[in-house]
Amino acid sequence: MKDSSNGLPSADALIKLMYQKIMGKIDSNTCLVGIPDGGHLLIKSLQGMIAKKIHYGLIDGSFYRDDLDISGLKVKDKSTNINFDINNKKVILIDDVFYTGRTSRAAINEIFDYGRPKEILLYVLIDRQSSELPIQPNFSAVKTRIPSDTYIDLKSEHGQLKFKTRIIND
Amino acid sequence: MTNLQISEKGNLKHLLTIEGMNEGLIRKIFNLAESFINVNDRVIKNVPLLRGKTVCNLFFENSTRTRTTFEIAAKRLSADVINLDIPSSSQSKGESILDTIDNLIAMGTNIFIIRHSKSGIPELIAKHVGPNVHIINAGDGNHAHPTQGLLDVFTIQKFKKNFEKISTAIVGDIKHSRVARSEIIALSILGTKDIRLIGPENLMPDDTNILNLKKYNTMDEGLKNIDVIIMLRIQKERMNMDNIPTEREYFEKFGLQEKHLALANKDAIIMHPGPMNRGVEIDSKVADCKQSVILSQVTFGIAIRMAVMAMLVGENT
Repeated sequence: MKDSSNGLPSADALIKLMYQKIMGKIDSNTCLVGIPDGGHLLIKSLQGMIAKKIHYGLIDGSFYRDDLDISGLKVKDKSTNINFDINNKKVILIDDVFYTGRTSRAAINEIFDYGRPKEILLYVLIDRQSSELPIQPNFSAVKTRIPSDTYIDLKSEHGQLKFKTRIIND
Repeated sequence: MTNLQISEKGNLKHLLTIEGMNEGLIRKIFNLAESFINVNDRVIKNVPLLRGKTVCNLFFENSTRTRTTFEIAAKRLSADVINLDIPSSSQSKGESILDTIDNLIAMGTNIFIIRHSKSGIPELIAKHVGPNVHIINAGDGNHAHPTQGLLDVFTIQKFKKNFEKISTAIVGDIKHSRVARSEIIALSILGTKDIRLIGPENLMPDDTNILNLKKYNTMDEGLKNIDVIIMLRIQKERMNMDNIPTEREYFEKFGLQEKHLALANKDAIIMHPGPMNRGVEIDSKVADCKQSVILSQVTFGIAIRMAVMAMLVGENT
């Protein structure tokens, strides 16, 4: 399941695994909510695969982060968009990579400002197994350990989803 | 781009004027404001971004709209807000502005929103404060009103997509208007080439040649094929001072009336930064017509002010 061009996991293969897991879980009360930017790309991809009629949305979480003073405010191209009633819904949060858990925490907090879902599940493609909070994904297509200065993100390249890495200097 | 309001990294430290900002920074503020419009549409309109921060509204000049929208914006970001009542404060007992500021910083203020009748006071305060305190100019003398300029141009963007192709007219007392100055600079940065100024000759700014602006002394000439009409409040206190005719005469010459809309493009929008004098600079029917986006300006003002405050406190990388 490696991408031969860069040795990273193959996004397509992992998305297929996520799709199969979602199909075993969804019913008419389920909604899929992506966390931009990776989760947004995944939602677009999954929408083309899932035949059932369900609600899709985006939850950015940037305004709920705990690191404004440290890392600043990241203005993303895609922001929160929940245009359906989230009360009593089964929400499957979708993200490309689970790292410290802080992004997921921010997204979960924001969801509660839209209503009280029945259940929230977190599905990711890659779990970096470095959570700093008592939060874990309910599903990850692959578990890996990557050095802390390396970021891995899902990107769209000529219509193809691929993982890319970048080194972050503190 | 390093100056008092922009850090070496290009981040916003203070917002004193639109002068010196680049297109990228303005668009970043607009993108963030767009996200905050979504927040304003929700049942729970607060986000915890500025929780634990304190915003102080320091208005040495009267204001309802600007002060209120800054207060709402700060509260929607979960900041604590102090509204200092200047007439009953130590200022009225002779305390200097900088001493007042130092005392409020000692109480934990992170952002000051300053309005003052003298140009340059927000800049003076920005030079005085430390790196973790931020100043927003909410209008200083005839100099600048940057958040109003930004929200007006943001409003234009919501209705007109391409700044380069639009024709904009600003009508009224442009010479004394800090709002007009800020709008002109913002529009120029975003690429608007056709900016027309309409008003009595003695209320035209002196530097129109530098800014490449077109001057018109009649509405009929200036409003032909226009896309955006920005009406300015005629300041009644200047009526005698600057040989401005009576309110009735002014309305006849420079008040926006239904007949003028026929000269403008069909989908032209009408704006006014407020407060509005109905029957003086704008006909009441025109102020309330479908083309008027005056109340949208107020709503978008909250989003723009939220965006500016959020960017000041967080490093906007």
